[in-house]
Amino acid sequence: MSVIYVILTVSVIVGIAFFIVFLFAVKSGQYDDSYTPSVRMLFEDELVKDETKQSIKTKTD
Amino acid sequence: MSQTPCYHCGDPCDSSSVVYKKKTFCCNGCKTVYEIFSEHDLTCYYDFENSPGATPKEIEGKYDFLNQENIIEKLTEFRSETTEIANLYIPHIHCSSCIWILENLSKLDKGIIDTQVNFGKKTIRLTYNPQDTTLKSIVLLLNRIGYEPYISLEDFGSKGSHINRTLIYKLGVAGFGFGNIMFLSFPEYFEIQEFWLEQYKHLFRWLMFALSLPIVFYAAQDYFVSAYKGLKAKILNIDVPIALGITVLFVRSSVEIALDLGSGFFDSLAGLVFFLLLGKFFQQKTYQFLSFERDYKSYFPIAITKIESSGSETTIQVYDIKKGDRLVIRNQELIPVDAILINGKAKIDYSFVTGESQAISKVSGDKLFAGGKQTRGVIEIEALKSVEQSYLTQLWSNDVFSKNKEEGFTNITNAISKHFTLTILAIAIIATSYWLIVDASKAMNVFTAVLIIACPCAIALSAPFTFGNLLRIFGKLKFYLKNASVIEQLAKIDTVIFDKTGTITSNASSTATYDGEDLTETESLVLKNSLRSSNHPLSRTLYQLLKEEGIVTLDNYKEHIGQGIEASHDAINLKIGSASFVGQTTTANTLNTTVHLSSNNQYKGQFTFYNGYRKGVSKLFNQLKSFYDLVILSGDNEGERDNLKKLLPAKTKLIFNQKPEDKLQFIKYHQEEGAHILMVGDGLNDAGALAQSNVGIAISEDVNVFSPACDAILDASKFKQLFQYIKATKSAMRIIKWSFILSFLYNVIGLYFAVTGQLAPVVAAILMPLSSISIVVFTTVCTNFLGKKLE
Repeated sequence: MSVIYVILTVSVIVGIAFFIVFLFAVKSGQYDDSYTPSVRMLFEDELVKDETKQSIKTKTD
Repeated sequence: MSQTPCYHCGDPCDSSSVVYKKKTFCCNGCKTVYEIFSEHDLTCYYDFENSPGATPKEIEGKYDFLNQENIIEKLTEFRSETTEIANLYIPHIHCSSCIWILENLSKLDKGIIDTQVNFGKKTIRLTYNPQDTTLKSIVLLLNRIGYEPYISLEDFGSKGSHINRTLIYKLGVAGFGFGNIMFLSFPEYFEIQEFWLEQYKHLFRWLMFALSLPIVFYAAQDYFVSAYKGLKAKILNIDVPIALGITVLFVRSSVEIALDLGSGFFDSLAGLVFFLLLGKFFQQKTYQFLSFERDYKSYFPIAITKIESSGSETTIQVYDIKKGDRLVIRNQELIPVDAILINGKAKIDYSFVTGESQAISKVSGDKLFAGGKQTRGVIEIEALKSVEQSYLTQLWSNDVFSKNKEEGFTNITNAISKHFTLTILAIAIIATSYWLIVDASKAMNVFTAVLIIACPCAIALSAPFTFGNLLRIFGKLKFYLKNASVIEQLAKIDTVIFDKTGTITSNASSTATYDGEDLTETESLVLKNSLRSSNHPLSRTLYQLLKEEGIVTLDNYKEHIGQGIEASHDAINLKIGSASFVGQTTTANTLNTTVHLSSNNQYKGQFTFYNGYRKGVSKLFNQLKSFYDLVILSGDNEGERDNLKKLLPAKTKLIFNQKPEDKLQFIKYHQEEGAHILMVGDGLNDAGALAQSNVGIAISEDVNVFSPACDAILDASKFKQLFQYIKATKSAMRIIKWSFILSFLYNVIGLYFAVTGQLAPVVAAILMPLSSISIVVFTTVCTNFLGKKLE
């Protein structure tokens, strides 16, 4: 039943991998500003919508 | 039509409004911004929020210093041939439209590679190609669209400011360990004598041991350091029992697994550290866009125009100003050094320094002090000292500015911790001695169990969560505290000292009413236009208060110094000034300043100025008077004494003619007599008093702009709520005391298991998180309830 060693090794490696990702995320400054990204996220759609609106406008003009 | 808000900035549009593409703008500046945006398909800006913009200001020549290599060097974070990165502080950032337009800045200037907004800090991070554009042109562009960056001496050399992220790392380590240890210890909770479990439990235990190492030696190290420092200073702070608990947990667990006695308490250990760090993190609410440590550096410009002996103008850094240098100060620029006025008419606004809003006129040869703002035209000055030696900047060499107020203050948690620690040690010793007699094999077990279960996790969490939550609630109510210990200090206050000008009076809301005959249309027109020409403070105030009129050329205009002004236009001869000047015998009302008016030598009426005291001052003082000693400490003369006596409760002490240094000494003297002082002030002249007092609150009309170093910033609109806020801090202290009682109950239950020698890991693993979580819930619910009452 040594498969449990394999499973444990895998789970520990996965855990540590995520932990390292977390460390990099903190280091890159992802947690420094927790507000702006939540607003920025919504902009992409608005921009596209605006462009389509514009093209419709130019057609009707 | 007159009420239509400007499409760009939202200000009401008056007669001078501009209509462009069916949209109304209050001025040409706002229209221009709209034009710029519409040319570049950026009108989306107006879709996110209504009227998000700001009117651009005149800035001729203001940013010339950005041409200088050495200044760009200081302001940029990274420089290479093709890329430069700079961070700019933009106070106007306030909504999602701001983020959007600033992050689309590259559409307005092709040289900009990328901009990233930090909304919390109100900063943008600019990446641009210096071959296609310059920092100066970007700053000018920002100004053109109403987002003027604020560049001060503070930015100088502060590049790459280090952000402390250790707590997040520690929380991450503890959380990672806590989660994994929980999973690994789960099978053993149920102690099923199962074959596979028996087989692998050693492996599981050693894995838990490995995971707990970084928790004990990295994540929890602050507690050991703090406990050591406390013991060295002979203080039993809360970190002493915590450090003791962690040590005992770790040592006992390691011994247990090494000798195969049991599974240890690694889960409780990890949970304890994780919850404690979580509390710390929660309390660490910071208002990134506010600065509580401001000194003169954040007020001063970074560079200034110097006139060389040859007559040419160059830009030099403020620190490079030497005695004898000739400098040019433009309109709205700050005088950085003590100087003598050489050329031009100076109109200096010392409100930064004194809180006094009315500008003072100076003529050639007069001495000017650093910190004043020129408000009219261009002047030329000669520096008398260097920046560091000027009168204003020297105030900062006083020791109060380097003193940490938290030192020497025993907070509620540490106050209780002393008794708590001694009690626990006593219980541990008594229980151990008992077991030594009854069953010596269990003695060690009981001793460690008592220390483990008594580890004051719940007590240590009470204050952070109560204060942390209250900080957030206050923040929403525009009362921004520097840190949690301010709440505790505020609850202990027994004396409240107010500055007068700018604190209980408001700079903006000086009002005037008109009594007398109605003025004809032409008379109003002439009145407004004659006031326009006058520079007398009262004229300026009245001019601001009267409604917009057209501009006409006066046929005749004369200012009689000390009396009033005389102006004529279209057969109307208007006299504005003192009662005797317009030919009226003095009226009964002498308390308030009045300006009288006559038209063609016929008396028309008077404007009465009301001292712009903030709304609710009287009410606030009456609420405060039964609990606190009240003092008004003013830098002004006694002119307002009678007025204040009427307005404020009789027991309020009124002290006038106080220099900044006097204010500081006054507070120091009373503190030595045992008073706990709350100082409420605004200007830089209060900076010393704010620093010396137990709690210094700065009142600010606009929290994004300036306030001196202080413990808390209160938005001026919430001034009348001050009493409620202080009361809330007292309730918060009560909540903490209740949660202490709650956590003692948990400790008693836990101690029962510990003393009787039956503390199983699973009991500790249930009791510890349960007590912590219920304390968090209790304090959060209570403070939210408190917050509801405040709103």
